[in-house]
Amino acid sequence: MVERYVMSVDQGTTSTRCILFDHGGRLVSVTQREHKQHFPKPGWVEHDAMEIWRNLERIAPEALSHAGATPDQVAALGIANQRETTVLWDRHSGRPVGRAVVWQDTRTDSLVDELAARPNADMVRERCGLPLATYFSATRVRWLFDHTPGLRERAESGDVLFGTMESWLIWNLTGGPDGGVHITDVTNASRTLLMNLTTLAWDDDLLAFFDVPRAMLPDIRPSTETYGRASRVLPGVRIAAALGDQQAALFGQTCFAPGEAKCTYGTGSFLLLNTGTEPVRSTHGLLTTVGYQIDKEPAVYALEGSIAITGALVQWFRDGLGLIASAPEIETLARTVEDNGGCYIVPAFSGLFAPYWRSEARGIIVGLTSYITKGHLARAVLEATGWQTREVVDAMNADSGLALKALKVDGGMTADNLLMQFIADVLDVPVIRPMAAETVSLGAAYAAGLAVGYWADLEGLRRNWHRAAQWLPSMDPGRRETEYDCWRRAVERTFDWMKPGNT
Amino acid sequence: MAYVPGPVQSIERAAAILRLLARGSGRLGVSEIAGSLGLARGTAHGLLRTLQGVGFVEQDEETGKYQLGAALLHLGTSYLDVNELRSRAINWADALAARSGEAVRIGTTLDGKVLVVHHVFRPDDTLQALDVGALLPAHATALGKVLLAYDANAMAALQDTPLELFCRRTITQPRELGRALVEVREMGWAAEVEEFTVGEAGLAAPIRGQGGLVVGAMGISGAVERLCDPRGRPKPTLVTYVRDAARAVSRDLGASRW
Ligand SMILES: Nc1ncnc2c1ncn2[C@@H]1O[C@H](COP(=O)(O)OP(=O)(O)O)[C@@H](O)[C@H]1O
Repeated sequence: MVERYVMSVDQGTTSTRCILFDHGGRLVSVTQREHKQHFPKPGWVEHDAMEIWRNLERIAPEALSHAGATPDQVAALGIANQRETTVLWDRHSGRPVGRAVVWQDTRTDSLVDELAARPNADMVRERCGLPLATYFSATRVRWLFDHTPGLRERAESGDVLFGTMESWLIWNLTGGPDGGVHITDVTNASRTLLMNLTTLAWDDDLLAFFDVPRAMLPDIRPSTETYGRASRVLPGVRIAAALGDQQAALFGQTCFAPGEAKCTYGTGSFLLLNTGTEPVRSTHGLLTTVGYQIDKEPAVYALEGSIAITGALVQWFRDGLGLIASAPEIETLARTVEDNGGCYIVPAFSGLFAPYWRSEARGIIVGLTSYITKGHLARAVLEATGWQTREVVDAMNADSGLALKALKVDGGMTADNLLMQFIADVLDVPVIRPMAAETVSLGAAYAAGLAVGYWADLEGLRRNWHRAAQWLPSMDPGRRETEYDCWRRAVERTFDWMKPGNT
Repeated sequence: MAYVPGPVQSIERAAAILRLLARGSGRLGVSEIAGSLGLARGTAHGLLRTLQGVGFVEQDEETGKYQLGAALLHLGTSYLDVNELRSRAINWADALAARSGEAVRIGTTLDGKVLVVHHVFRPDDTLQALDVGALLPAHATALGKVLLAYDANAMAALQDTPLELFCRRTITQPRELGRALVEVREMGWAAEVEEFTVGEAGLAAPIRGQGGLVVGAMGISGAVERLCDPRGRPKPTLVTYVRDAARAVSRDLGASRW
């Protein structure tokens, strides 16, 4: 019998990756290609959507050939993508209008202030579950209109289309100007500021608020459903799932029941908690977002705690300060001392995300004395990730009324044992790493395989999940409280640093 | 008499570059180095790139000038940081555990023992404790035999200490251990069957870095009846899984030939 696989594409912030999985959810082949990061001005981050499409054109067939497989052995394709990154393109030529504006880009901050000052600004959070922030897509579309003559008109006439990366890739895979399917999935749509969380449809009031014409928007579809067949690159392959990367990781970690949560530790960290089929409105600084929607079933919602800077602080320690040669050496350096020596680092490099959402905060190192060595600083770097997780978990528990019992983790930082132990210590719950490190890709594959019957049901997927490592809390409760108090006082000292006009 | 090759020119030149860099206090550019040693610029550049690759020289990003690398100052100690080894191996270790159905460990040498630097649970979701940081006896484990087989110093360190007996089958005679290690080098992998714990067996293969230097060992361990055939010989498919995984890590670490 010919072996059949599911293919996933993880279109991430720094690279695009294509992985083939077998029925056991095991990785069969991996191909990957980085794309260029464009920083045209301070605070601006852009990607070339055409380059990303070409990368996919190249790595998808490569992944097949590494496994000695042909497109007809691919049961389905699932896509996970960097969220919120905004692409506009011409429907007729298939060419992007300028570069894609990336989720980290803060060019819309004054526009956000302006919108937040409007009398009906409260409606935004009520309808879409998100705070007004530069992080999400809608303000970018509006910014592009304001800075590109004639663009708004072309969008109103439907000649220019909007999408996040999954829309762009699916449109291209299904033919581009030649009958390409223009869709997005609910999870990605839930990050635009334009979708009504209850109806899961574009909301006219939100469209009016942000001044985005409906004609340019993709159709909102469930996360798993056969959207169409690829006519290029992987001819005939069914495209059967799309999810934002963090939602894909939630799916890959098989967090299918309310109360189950995962945290992905990469450049930033994102903790998502499955809250079931009712959206939970946050009163503690979390985002309400769609977790996934399987075909015609009701959508499953999630609460999300987004932390902007975690692994990026380690990168800064390496590249900015030059105190280590590689990211993992942070653990070696941190282990040269017993504790943080009273030193705390709050990495509010571009403000603070959850649960504070303070864009005017900036980073600090406090508690410096002549006793502090680079070892203590390394500890403080790792501890910052632990305490930021703790703040988000506290907010989760308060919002959901449930107490987190264990945290499933994934991402590059989970190779750090000292950090994982510290997280278990400060949360006072076990921290568990599953055997599949590539949970984002696995989640997209699971969703696609489920859509076409390659996997029968969620229970079957759960059986593929295995524990690879577990860290149990062992910190003295008194010490945990004292340290947490120090951390919170450190955070307060980052507030109100930027004043209007001193950017 | 056997043919003795003459000195290798590029190594002599590389040594001259290192001496030159060690002599001055500042940093030197390619042209300065080429000029001082009477080398073509391209030749000097090639040598510098190679030296940079192994960490013996470093290039300043802004000025493009070269200086001695940090690795030279710690030649005797950490060639590859153990935490980095874990980061680089973690995906392959997971895949090995998933394929073999057994627990995976990665070890390096520490004071004649095996230091466990990474541990992946056996994928059956039974209660298991992480034993990263634990020390295992080198002569009685597959990981240890691999490390001893490819590191003459570690072997020498063992000479003066008696080999502790754990089970009936533990190798306690240095001569016998020596023979076992020759076999490991010939096969490219090591096995241990009820030599440390009754009822348990282990398989391991070397992880190599640049130039083929062995930087660690990676292996699986578990019940004898799962790892071995009824006659007590390691199952060939499991041996292949272990060797493939260790080779994949080695390739990622820049060991091109393995
Ligand atoms: N052992 C480690 N300890 C701490 N941080 C690490 C370690 N290894 C990698 N990192 C950090 O993790 C991040 C890379 O993780 P990854 O999951 O690949 O992130 P992303 O997908 O966001 O690029 C980097 O920011 C790096 O600094």
